[in-house]
This record gives sequence, structure tokens and C-alpha cells, in this order.
Amino acid sequence: MIPHMDLPVITETPPNIDWWLLAPLATVFAAGVLGVLFEAFVPKGRRRGIQIGLAVLALLAAFVLLVLQVGSLPADESGVTVAAGVLAVDRTVIFFQGTITVLALVSLLLISERRDGRDAFAAQAATVPGSEEERAHIMAGSQHTEVYPLVLFAVLGMLMFPASNDFLTMFIALEVMSLPLYLLCGLARRRRLFSQEAAVKYFLLGAFSSAFFLFGAAMVYGYAGSVNFGEIRLAVEAGGAEIFRGGDGEPLLLMGIGLVAIGLLFKVGAVPFHNWKPDVYQGAPTPITALMASCTLVAAFGALLRVFFVPFGGSAESWQPMLWVVAVLTMVVAAVIAVTQRDVKRLLAYSSVVHAGFVLTAVVAGSTDGLAGAMFYLAAYGFTTLGAFAVVTLVRTRDGGQELGDLDRWAGLGRRSPALAGALALFLLAFAGIPLTSGFIGKFAVFEAAVAAGATPLVVVGVLSSAVTAFFYVRIIVVMFFRDPEGEGPTVVRAGAATGGVIVIGVAATLLLGLYPGPVLDHLLPSSEAGSEPVAVMVDQASTETGAK
Amino acid sequence: MDPMNYIVLAALLFTIGAVGVLLRRNAIIVFMCVELMLNACNLAFVAFARMHGDIEGQVIAFFVMVVAAAEVVVGLAIIMQIFRTRRSASLDDANLLKY
Repeated sequence: MIPHMDLPVITETPPNIDWWLLAPLATVFAAGVLGVLFEAFVPKGRRRGIQIGLAVLALLAAFVLLVLQVGSLPADESGVTVAAGVLAVDRTVIFFQGTITVLALVSLLLISERRDGRDAFAAQAATVPGSEEERAHIMAGSQHTEVYPLVLFAVLGMLMFPASNDFLTMFIALEVMSLPLYLLCGLARRRRLFSQEAAVKYFLLGAFSSAFFLFGAAMVYGYAGSVNFGEIRLAVEAGGAEIFRGGDGEPLLLMGIGLVAIGLLFKVGAVPFHNWKPDVYQGAPTPITALMASCTLVAAFGALLRVFFVPFGGSAESWQPMLWVVAVLTMVVAAVIAVTQRDVKRLLAYSSVVHAGFVLTAVVAGSTDGLAGAMFYLAAYGFTTLGAFAVVTLVRTRDGGQELGDLDRWAGLGRRSPALAGALALFLLAFAGIPLTSGFIGKFAVFEAAVAAGATPLVVVGVLSSAVTAFFYVRIIVVMFFRDPEGEGPTVVRAGAATGGVIVIGVAATLLLGLYPGPVLDHLLPSSEAGSEPVAVMVDQASTETGAK
Repeated sequence: MDPMNYIVLAALLFTIGAVGVLLRRNAIIVFMCVELMLNACNLAFVAFARMHGDIEGQVIAFFVMVVAAAEVVVGLAIIMQIFRTRRSASLDDANLLKY
């Protein structure tokens, strides 16, 4: 018999909307909306400066608010839910959000960089490449200042993604994050055919994968009778919603976990869902690639960790084998394909896929140490990859020409511009996980957690994969420093203050997190010594109370 | 009628959409198949809401419709742009990025 529909009941107490804890998200959202208004009402010449100022201010304010929020959380490692239980705030979430905000600020420097009055974005995206109109717009110095509100909206989605406390919010966050990125990918000033193709591929594959995510969420809703993470967790422990108490709901849960995992693994770019990454990273404007490689990866892993640790934490035995396979495939396949790459942005894209595999080993561990390791790894990788892409924006075919993708033509860079090549060499060594860099500490934390959780074979694969990746990182260094340039060699354009700043921040973060990781490891990350269960760090009691019917 | 039948229908529609995305070559058709997948999700949510006697699934369906509409705006803009450049919406023609 079908039970009666519950009519929506107007509760006596209005839902608790904690504006203080929502403030960082609200700030970024308000700034995005304001930016759209500025597009309509501010005269053309003054838009750029105002938009950049607004975006920087909003992200700075969001970061300050996040830092201040830590004090208003409960003293034990638990968290609270806000806005009627749709978002969760705890120290882990704030760490992810803080990392995303800082990385977004640094990417914003790269996005705002101009050379001879021209930024990295198309003068007018609606014009056909090579047409008379396009030339007219370039001559007139047109520019898309809409880029900045779009970035703010994307960052809003990224901030929401790891904080979501139910599948609906997570889906909305996924889309809010992705839709602006699809557009930004298609806005490159040079090689616009590549850029447009990247946008189409990213869009169609992204929409495809989010449909999988949503169908998975529907299956989980069918199994648990709710999309709230806390309630799903309780339902998984109880064997399903009331109508499934006989135990015949299990297939729904398994389908749900699998499909949701496809959606999330696509966003982190794990094999076999990685095919979009090299194409999109190569085609997108490099500053946007930097934003995606750092912030989007952090946000996607935050969400992935949350989904597997909170709602599905009670049925780890059903998803761990799947993630084992994906992690091994990711580390092996991507490392092997990366060796054959000739284009520097594609190579960095495959490198990002391999790194996703390393972080997945920490997810498989399913422990607090794994969570902490993944968080450190992502933060460290974010800064390093931003620096690496900043270097890519400076190496050109000729002065004022397009970026030089072909790695073989990077020969002689070490002689022409030792500082730049040295910085890139440091980033590559950090990617390879050489000691004294942040990459080493990150890899160590991740692998240590995996071994402690009994995933030693995975770590063996990881170390072998690191060795393969080290080969092609070192190959780039050899090309830069020890091979004679063919013809004139690469041209290095002078770094503006913004791009230079990004490289300096990248170098500083890579060295600092490599030499003095202690403060971050001890104070910012969850530690297993607090005696908390791995999931207790991210699950919160409030969600199960407020959501209970 | 047993609401489970609707779930089966939703799964069928979802599969048709997914197969369409993988097999069709026109960007517009591929995009329509993605929309079919999203609507299959809606059907599943509404049917499950009926089974659980719960309003949540129906609310979610409305949210998904709004998101799908936003996706159409962005998607068609991107597809239009590439069509104007290449005079073709075929995904086989967009093959500059490889290896």
C-alpha cells in the first residue's frame, strides 16, 4: 500500500538560517551579482578596474570571514549545519573553502594580467575567428570583463561543493561551479578554434557526467527516503528506508553509489573518466586552466571525500573495491600516457590526472589520516600547479606571439631565462615528490595513511607510478637546461607584476610547505590523536536532528 | 500501478539518453540526449517520492528543471559559437585537440 503524501507542514519555529556561517558564500555571490550589474551600468572604460577590485575584495572578505568563523565552531572537532541543514560547516570544510579562496585569489592575479593592453581572453567571443568583425574588435581594444563575475560564480560553486550536506545542494553546487567554467574555457584570445572545441567537449562531457551524478542521487533517494547526508547515513546503517526493510533495497544503494561516484570522479578527472582533461586544459585560456587545475580539483576532492565519508561511510566495503580499481588505473594509465606527451599543457593535464590518483589512495584509506593527507596534498599541489601554469603563460613562440606548447622547442630556456626555468624546475620536482618540496610531504602523508589502512599494494603502485612520472618531469628539466636550442629557441616575455607574483607565491608555498609543514599539519588539519572517528570529523549530529521527521 | 514500473521506465529513458550521447554525432542531438537523461532523473525522483510518501523528491524535480534550463542557455551558446566558426555542429569535425 502506498502511504499518503505528507503535506508540507509549516513548522512553529522557522528554520535556522545562520547568516554568520553563510557569510563567505553570500559575499562571493553578492559580488558576482554586483559584477553583472556593473557590466550593465558602468561605462566601458572603467569596468575592468572595478570588476577586478570587486572580485579581489570579495575573495579577501570571504577568506577573512572563513578565518573568523573557526572561532564560532564547537570546540570539539564536530560541525554545525546551516540553512535548514543543506550546508555543513566544520573545520574540514573551512580548510577546503579557505584553500579554494586563496588559490582563486592567486589565479585571479593570473586572469587579470594584461600585456600591451590585451589580456588572455577573446576581444569579443561572439565574433567568428579570423573575421573582419573580430579584427575590428581587437583594434578597438574590446574586452570581456564578464570574465570576473563568471569566475566569482564558479568560485561560489566551488565553495558550496565540499560544504553541501545533501545531494540536491551538491548537484546545484556542481552546476554553479561548472557552467561558468564551460563558458570561460571558450574565451581564449589566441587559437580560438582550440578554445571553442575545448568548451564544447567540456560542456557535453560535463553535462553527461552530472546526469550520472543526478541519477545516482535519485537511486540513493529511493533507497534512503532522503537526500540529506546525515539521514542517508542512518538509513544505510538501518538497511534502507522503511519500505525496504526486507533488505531488497541493496541494489538501489549500490547503483546510487556507483553513479554518484562516476559524476564525482569525472570532476576530479580519474581514469577512465579523464578524457576531457587534456583537451580542456590545452584549449582553455591558460589562466583559466590554472584556476581549474587548482581550485576545481580541490573542490571536487572535497565533495568526493564528503560523499564517501559521510553518507556512504557506513558501507565502505561496497565502494572501496571500486575506488581501488580507479586509483590503480589512474596512477598507471595516466603516467604511461603522460610520457608520450609533447605539449606542455597536455603534459600538465596528465600530471594532474596522476596526482588525482595519488589523492584517491588517501580516499581509499578512509581514515582521518587519509583525510588530512588528502587535504595537505591538494593545498600543496594547488599552489605548485598555479606556479607552473604561470610559467607557461610567459614562454611564447615570439614576442607578442602565442604560448609555446611544443616541449622540444623549450630547449635553451634555462640559458635564456635561468630564474624562470629554475622556478619551473622546482615546480616539476615538487610534482615528482622530491624531498624538501611540498610534493614530498604530501605524497608521504597520503601514502602513509594508505599503508596504515592496509592498502599497501596501492602504495606500491603509487610509488612505481611516481617513478614513471619523475622520468618525464626530469626530461623537461633536461630539455630546458642541457639541450641546445634549435634556431632561436623560445621567447620569454617579461613577467608583469601579477604573473611574477603568482610564480613567487608558487615558489614560496612549495618551499615553505616542504620545509616547514609542521604548522599546517598540526593546527589546520584533523588529527587522529583527537580520538575522533574518521567520519565524525565531517559528519555532524545537527544534520540528523534538524532533518529528522 | 506499482510505482516501481516508473523507476524502470526512468532507467530505460536514462539508458536511451546515455546511448544517444555516445552514438550520435550532432552536438544538438547529443545535448538533447543529455536533457533526456536529466528528465529520466526527474521521473525517478518523483516516483520515489510517491513510494516514500514524501514531498522532497518532487521539490528536487523542480530544482533540476531550473538547472537544466540554465544548462541549455550555456550549452546552446557554446554550440552556436562553434557552429558559426565551422558551419557544422558535428562533433567529428571538432578534432583539433588530440594526443
